[in-house]
Amino acid sequence: MAGDTLLEVEHLTMRFGGLTAVDDLSFIARRGEITALIGPNGAGKTTVFNCITGFYKPTVGRITMHHEDGATFLLERLPDFQIPRQAKVARTFQNIRLFGGMTVLENLMIAQHNPLMRASGYTFGGVLGIGGYRAAERGAVELAKYWLEQTGLMARADDAAGDLPYGDQRRLEIARAMCTGPKLLCLDEPAAGLNPRESEDLNRLLLFIRRERGVGILLIEHDMSVVMGISDHIVVLDYGARIADGTPDQIRNDPKVIAAYLGVEDEEVEEVEHEIEETVAALGGEGPA
Amino acid sequence: MASKSLRSPRDIVTDLAVTAFLCLAIFGVMVGLRTATVPGGLELQPQWASALILVAIAVGGRAVLLLTLWNRAEGAPPLMPAGLTRGWAAVMIKVGRVFSPVLLVFALVLPFLPFTDRYILDLSILVLTYVMLGWGLNIVVGLAGLLDLGYVAFYAVGAYSYALLALNFGWSFWLSLPVAGILAAFWGIILGFPVLRLRGDYLAIVTLAFGEIIRVVLLNWYWFTGGPDGLSGIPRPSFFGIEFKRGEGGFADVFGLDFSSMHRIVFLYFLILALALLTNFVTMRLRRLPIGRAWEALREDEIACRSLGLNTTSVKLTAFATGAMFAGFAGAFFATRQGFISPESFTFIESALILAIVVLGGMGSQIGVVIAAVALIGGFEVFREAEDYRMLIFGAAMVLIMIWRPRGLIATREPSIFLREKKSVSGSLVAQGEGH
Repeated sequence: MAGDTLLEVEHLTMRFGGLTAVDDLSFIARRGEITALIGPNGAGKTTVFNCITGFYKPTVGRITMHHEDGATFLLERLPDFQIPRQAKVARTFQNIRLFGGMTVLENLMIAQHNPLMRASGYTFGGVLGIGGYRAAERGAVELAKYWLEQTGLMARADDAAGDLPYGDQRRLEIARAMCTGPKLLCLDEPAAGLNPRESEDLNRLLLFIRRERGVGILLIEHDMSVVMGISDHIVVLDYGARIADGTPDQIRNDPKVIAAYLGVEDEEVEEVEHEIEETVAALGGEGPA
Repeated sequence: MASKSLRSPRDIVTDLAVTAFLCLAIFGVMVGLRTATVPGGLELQPQWASALILVAIAVGGRAVLLLTLWNRAEGAPPLMPAGLTRGWAAVMIKVGRVFSPVLLVFALVLPFLPFTDRYILDLSILVLTYVMLGWGLNIVVGLAGLLDLGYVAFYAVGAYSYALLALNFGWSFWLSLPVAGILAAFWGIILGFPVLRLRGDYLAIVTLAFGEIIRVVLLNWYWFTGGPDGLSGIPRPSFFGIEFKRGEGGFADVFGLDFSSMHRIVFLYFLILALALLTNFVTMRLRRLPIGRAWEALREDEIACRSLGLNTTSVKLTAFATGAMFAGFAGAFFATRQGFISPESFTFIESALILAIVVLGGMGSQIGVVIAAVALIGGFEVFREAEDYRMLIFGAAMVLIMIWRPRGLIATREPSIFLREKKSVSGSLVAQGEGH
């Protein structure tokens, strides 16, 4: 069901030696919603992502993933590769990590490794040509084609991923994450380096994923047109701690956020607030009411 | 003068002086000083003239290059003219389509060709052994991108497995072959565990050490392996139970042929050909299965693999185990062919040679390995006459080929699956994995 809790982060703390990158952070991401995690550079956003997706083990805290069927997974206890496999959390990277020497289609096939591995009888059946591997592979290609269609990459399916232009690589990384069949999609700055038009395409793609597939999206983003345009819920971090949490409208008008984000003195806040309102208006008032 | 010289005379003189100094340092010691055995010990025989000639050639050659080719504003021309490179690529694509089938047919009929004698067949068996080892190592280095400098250890495990099983328990070759493969794969996994977390140079060093450990154990575990004496009297393979011997019940007798010692050689040839083709067939098949794609993905980006739910531990271990298994098969073949094995056959230079075949052929390319194995092993034989300069010639040839084709002879990668059109992936996009 849309709107119920999908990911629950409680008292998450991550220390690297003496540095506290994330400090007692709690928030919730809901199914069928886009939750944005924003904050100035160095606020600890990517660290939170790395904790959720298992690349770091948090110092303190609990991260719970709730599936529709009631199953729950404690992500801080799962090995990193089990998080996409069991808990169904997929991610993309700030600096794109595609398999550059492999074709676009191959990238999407690797994302379906685990079900294909089972279908190939853990390789033994596949080598001998027995079992349902062929059918499974056809199914996997169909899923890959579906996401190629959605991301507009159909024409490039047989090209090397490393050959694609930057914007296509960003979309391919999202398509690849979706091919793992996730229930939570974590996107680390998906709009970084995109031009306004590509950025708009990305918005449409993310709204499509949210609407049609019933998955939740957790998003780190600096591009405010993306964040304000499509987020249902925004969490603001500064120095590893949560300073605000709410709808885009609430966040937009939160003086603490403005101060933290723009690094201004308190008396200048009103001025900056005004500037932001103007910017948002200039973007065509895309923010949800 | 039409164009002004790029370098001042002073620069050129300095450059040539440095060249002369470096050449003198190298050739002065290596060529200029020669030791000779004389009654009562060693004697130093200086050969300054030869050394000075070499220095003069280097300095003179560099002077000519500096004044002509390297003096152009657009920089030095490429080693191969661009037109030739393009034409070559076009020819290679045409040749590439028919090359593998022709090669296969040639391999199948080789023993029956009129000019084939025992020497050529023995050499072909040796080449095919290295083709098989190259294909096996290609799984680890070319596909999974894990640099393995101790590959010969698994070759040794396979050889000793068969030798010990045959000598102590009387197992036949065909029974021992899978066991040798399984034991080698097992040792592949044993090697895999400590290197799971290692990257780059560290991975290379530990695999190198592992290869040496196996060899040193074989050398010192005297009661079990015979130590430096090796194991002799290893049974020769039989044609499914029929031995290659003179007289009653031998291969020639059963099939009504005149006895010839060539029968066994031809059989060995087809045996290694079948084993090598099995390696190739399984590898090609694995490449199209999820496991093979996972190996290649591991080479491309390990972190992305983990973010997609791939258990990189098992991906690495299966790569090591599969590669090691084929080395084990090849080792069992080696033992039955030679009839005698000792740790001396499994030194680091063997690992280096197999790795050179894989790198020269183009990492991940199956046909490249064949070409490189024929060139390297066959080339060693061709230049056997020029024994003193053999390594020098080979070093120079390797350097030239690596300048001309830095990613090996066959640098492109064939995709494992395609929707509409199979497009080769340029080698410059393909990652090389850990340890390169």
